[in-house]
Amino acid sequence: MVEKFDVVIVGAGPAGISSAIVTSRAGLNTVIIERGNIPGEKNLFGGVLFKHPFEKLIPDFVKTAPLERKVVEYQYWILLDDSYIKLVYRDDYLSRSPSGYTALRAKFDAWYAKKAQEAGAMLVTRTQALEPIIKDGQVVGVNTDRGEVYGNIVIAADGANSLLAQKAGLHDEWKPHQLALGVKEVIEVTRTKIDEMFQLKTEEGVAVTIIGGPLKGMTGGGFLYTDREAISVGIGVLLSDIVRNNVRPNKLYESFKRHPAIYPYIKDGVLKEYSAHLIPEGGYYAMPKLYTNGMMVVGDAALFVNVVGWEGTNLAAESGILAGEVAVYAHKIKDFSAKTLKLYEEKLKNSFVLRDLRKFRRIPPFLYKNKDFFSAYPEMIRDSLRIWHTVDGEPKEIKIKKIRNAIFQKVGTVKLIKDVAELVRGMLF
Amino acid sequence: MSTQILIKKENSSIPIYKKEENSNVEGKLFLARYKRDDVSHLNLKNKDVCLKCVNKPCIIVCPADVYKWEEDRLIISYDNCVECGSCRIVCPYSNIEFRYPYHGKGIGYRYG
Repeated sequence: MVEKFDVVIVGAGPAGISSAIVTSRAGLNTVIIERGNIPGEKNLFGGVLFKHPFEKLIPDFVKTAPLERKVVEYQYWILLDDSYIKLVYRDDYLSRSPSGYTALRAKFDAWYAKKAQEAGAMLVTRTQALEPIIKDGQVVGVNTDRGEVYGNIVIAADGANSLLAQKAGLHDEWKPHQLALGVKEVIEVTRTKIDEMFQLKTEEGVAVTIIGGPLKGMTGGGFLYTDREAISVGIGVLLSDIVRNNVRPNKLYESFKRHPAIYPYIKDGVLKEYSAHLIPEGGYYAMPKLYTNGMMVVGDAALFVNVVGWEGTNLAAESGILAGEVAVYAHKIKDFSAKTLKLYEEKLKNSFVLRDLRKFRRIPPFLYKNKDFFSAYPEMIRDSLRIWHTVDGEPKEIKIKKIRNAIFQKVGTVKLIKDVAELVRGMLF
Repeated sequence: MSTQILIKKENSSIPIYKKEENSNVEGKLFLARYKRDDVSHLNLKNKDVCLKCVNKPCIIVCPADVYKWEEDRLIISYDNCVECGSCRIVCPYSNIEFRYPYHGKGIGYRYG
């Protein structure tokens, strides 16, 4: 197969498909190359996507997309060996005007890819892009396991493991602390049971963000999301921490799942799928170069994951849209060099994608270096609550003194103040 | 053309929490759709390098138990692979040649 297109997109995920919709609607001859048999079958995420970028392309997105439940409740859990602390935010406003939806990628990506096909894009599955074809310093196509495909512009949307961007020289091999390994299970639980357990009305769902417990001392967290008729439970831990702690991901996941805060929700469920995928969590400082002559990098391949907001698919879709727009512009002026594609980076800088990543740029390195957030601080909160709730005739004056000690002696006053200051600086300034 | 075996278990399921037997990865991987490749997509650049590797992070990090150490060599059960790429990234000697299986083979999620 030797083919020539205007735009060659590698990877049928939210990023690549968004690009394809934009370019093919603008009349460009677009092909998406996907290594799976069906778009989505190789793809994985925890489960919440935010509708805003998708709605720009598909106005009736919420009505037509195969979404699971709209998130009306966000919970934050801190797990400890023998206890847990939960914060619940439920808002009826979120039921009336939701922004996040739980979803399953095998269904979602397959549907989304159809939208690109309807717009005129060609979808080639079972085909793997192996490396970019570079002529005179310009990416002019990709080599696949079925032959060469040429295009004026290549959009690398090949995910967390982006071998394409790496081979184009846009970044070196990732370091183990820049990526987390996500392990997830989809556990079938009946719709009525889910509604009952979480007190939900039809179509309403819950998203739970979890730290600690079996993940103690490791940079990472877990999640529990309600799908239509299943519960998705998973963890994401930095590769470097998995190795350093010498824990097997499956064992780690199993003990996480069996924590008494989580287990009751899934204990009668039926396991439907076990899956694992890399999550690029390196953040702003770890990002690759985002474009070169003839090529742009979008989505996970560009490390567009916001670890503070637990967002990824919306960054992927938005970056895909912007890269698509730049591809259209480049065809208008007939220049596909880095000089033109630089516009992609400029557009990203003005969008939430790079603004959010830049805003929280200090957080990923900080949390990677500072494990106290994943062990000492959860224990500190637990200890304080435990002292307060042990009512035994001891005067409160002494209790307060004990709580003060629990807080200030855990990591030391200086470290505590420094950490809080760093966190506040990283989040707010 | 090729002798591909399609392992498809549409309605298979494992009740959760029958303790240990279910935490076995191979049993869980059986739930996914697999198209077995005849050749391994995971290869070592130099087998001898693994001899000097002390903690063998590839074995630790793999969520699908692909890597096992037997006597003096690394056994790679590539048909367990979920194609995450972790092994390649943690290998301290960059000794793992990782690629995805060709022609749509390998794992296929039904939920994702």
